[in-house]
Amino acid sequence: MAIKKDYSIRELELKANDIRESIISMLLEAGSGHTAGPLGMADVFTALYFELLRHDPQNPEWEERDRLILSNGHICPVLYATMAHAGYFSVDELKTLRKFGSRLQGHPHREFLPYLENSSGPLGSGLSQAVGMAIADRMDLGVASPRSFYCLLGDGELNEGNNWEAIMLAGKEKLSTLTAIVDRNNIQIDGYTEDVMPLDSLAEKWEAFNWHVQEIDGNNISAVIDAVNKAKAVFERPSVIIAHTIPGRGVREFERKFEWHGKTPNKEEANSALDQLRTLGGKIKSESK
Amino acid sequence: MLNPELKLNTKVFNDDVEQIPIRKGFGEGLAKAGETNKNIVALSADLTESTQMHFFRDKFPERFVEIGVAEQNLATVASGMAAMGKYPFFSSYAMFSPGRNWEQIRTTLAYNDRAAVIVGSHAGISVGPDGGTHQAIEDIALMRVMPHMSVLSPCDAIQARKMTLALSENPRLAYLRLAREKTPIITTDETPFELGKGQILYRPDGIGHVVVFATGGLVAHALRAAKDLEKKGVRVIVVNIHTIKPLDTDLVIKLATETKAVVTVEEHQIAGGLGGAIAETLAQSVPTPIEFVGVKDLFGQSGTPNELIEYYGMGRDAIETAIMKVIGRK
Repeated sequence: MAIKKDYSIRELELKANDIRESIISMLLEAGSGHTAGPLGMADVFTALYFELLRHDPQNPEWEERDRLILSNGHICPVLYATMAHAGYFSVDELKTLRKFGSRLQGHPHREFLPYLENSSGPLGSGLSQAVGMAIADRMDLGVASPRSFYCLLGDGELNEGNNWEAIMLAGKEKLSTLTAIVDRNNIQIDGYTEDVMPLDSLAEKWEAFNWHVQEIDGNNISAVIDAVNKAKAVFERPSVIIAHTIPGRGVREFERKFEWHGKTPNKEEANSALDQLRTLGGKIKSESK
Repeated sequence: MLNPELKLNTKVFNDDVEQIPIRKGFGEGLAKAGETNKNIVALSADLTESTQMHFFRDKFPERFVEIGVAEQNLATVASGMAAMGKYPFFSSYAMFSPGRNWEQIRTTLAYNDRAAVIVGSHAGISVGPDGGTHQAIEDIALMRVMPHMSVLSPCDAIQARKMTLALSENPRLAYLRLAREKTPIITTDETPFELGKGQILYRPDGIGHVVVFATGGLVAHALRAAKDLEKKGVRVIVVNIHTIKPLDTDLVIKLATETKAVVTVEEHQIAGGLGGAIAETLAQSVPTPIEFVGVKDLFGQSGTPNELIEYYGMGRDAIETAIMKVIGRK
């Protein structure tokens, strides 16, 4: 039923690179949107869609599928690109991002793109939807449910109080099928997270609410896979994976710069970015233009 | 006279008419609905008894979730449960839900196209002694502007029960507005009920001089005003608008055409509520003079429910004054 999963880590890394190229191309075409977050999360999305998720792109309504809830909807270019590469729709459609009539709305809207589990954009509400899903699932199937519930959140988004309401409830309910993955890239629109509204010590905060906490390098695909598998093995508690990522990952000029949170590359910047990605940062000479 | 087809409570005009809180009808209805609709789940934000959800909780503890004092979570957890096929009813005071969690309701329920019922208890100024912070008089407006949302406001406890059962059989995204205080019983178990259909409760013989569209606990006051004025030869039709959205526009237009004078009555700001809905409808079809009975761009304060209803101009006298005024504008 589910998608075949026999990719090597190396193949997954190349997929993540393809997804990054798609992100750059679609953002150039769209002319507006977010760049840093999507690039930073390409490895996590690749690990999820090509290795970890129980899903079937040919049968998106499959009842037993795992649910992936994207809370910080503004990083949807990486969601759309990964879904296209996984076979939910054609890679060609990515060019329609943010255009009138497109299924790929500027922030995800499930009435336009029915394969989405949720619409999102306004921050702070994804985790509680995932909590609600996991509670409902436990009512139906008990703690041995085969379904997993993944919620992807931004770190700046944790400024929103709604998250902490959800974190409290998930801890109380001991939702072992729930795994949150926080994109800890340390940037938000107004600057670095620790300047705008300090989050550290983030791990201790989640632990205090009775969550199982792991901190990993979120740009290391095998680390992501290991952490998610470990999270699934934890019973009695929900799990959070604080995935330290490099915003803008893969493109030198974008990396670690909060200025790239909410803007898109121009033609020249995009060409440079695509060149870096195609040559894996200059390692493959034959791919350079 | 009272509409005989609706088999209404004939004691409604008596001083000793039975009075029950509207919210109680909801609580009993939900517990009943849970028997037949197994998808129904209930969520509460630390106000389980106040909102009368304890009937359901005690009967179906495995289908009840205590969220704590966290209304944003209340709405969004409900959205997640709806995504998995549940039909959540989630309750708090109207001031907090939908008062505090409007955007969560918009994005995760309405925009997400989920079926769930937002149960806003303690709506209106008749909450009384708790004061202005707890008196939701903007909630109809907040919910009425939202696509995909139905807005429901029963006139008594019996109707609240029937409405809850009707929602159970016809799942949708809806705001169910309830009141705290005891209010007169207008309908009976035999009174028919259909979502979306206004009810002509009172109609003197002959062509009506004015039609009053009322909702919620003030419907009883409108009935008394109509009966009073009938003695003076003024023919007042009283309509219970229990479904504010989608509005029964056919009925509204028909009666406005007949009477050429309209009064709206609600325990809500006159901006954006039932009066607004009626005015928007009539302005586009049969422009008709309207007087609005409601709160006039003010906050409430502490007091007994009756003191506040009178002070803010929503009692029987105020309704009669509005009726005479609009007839004079014809």
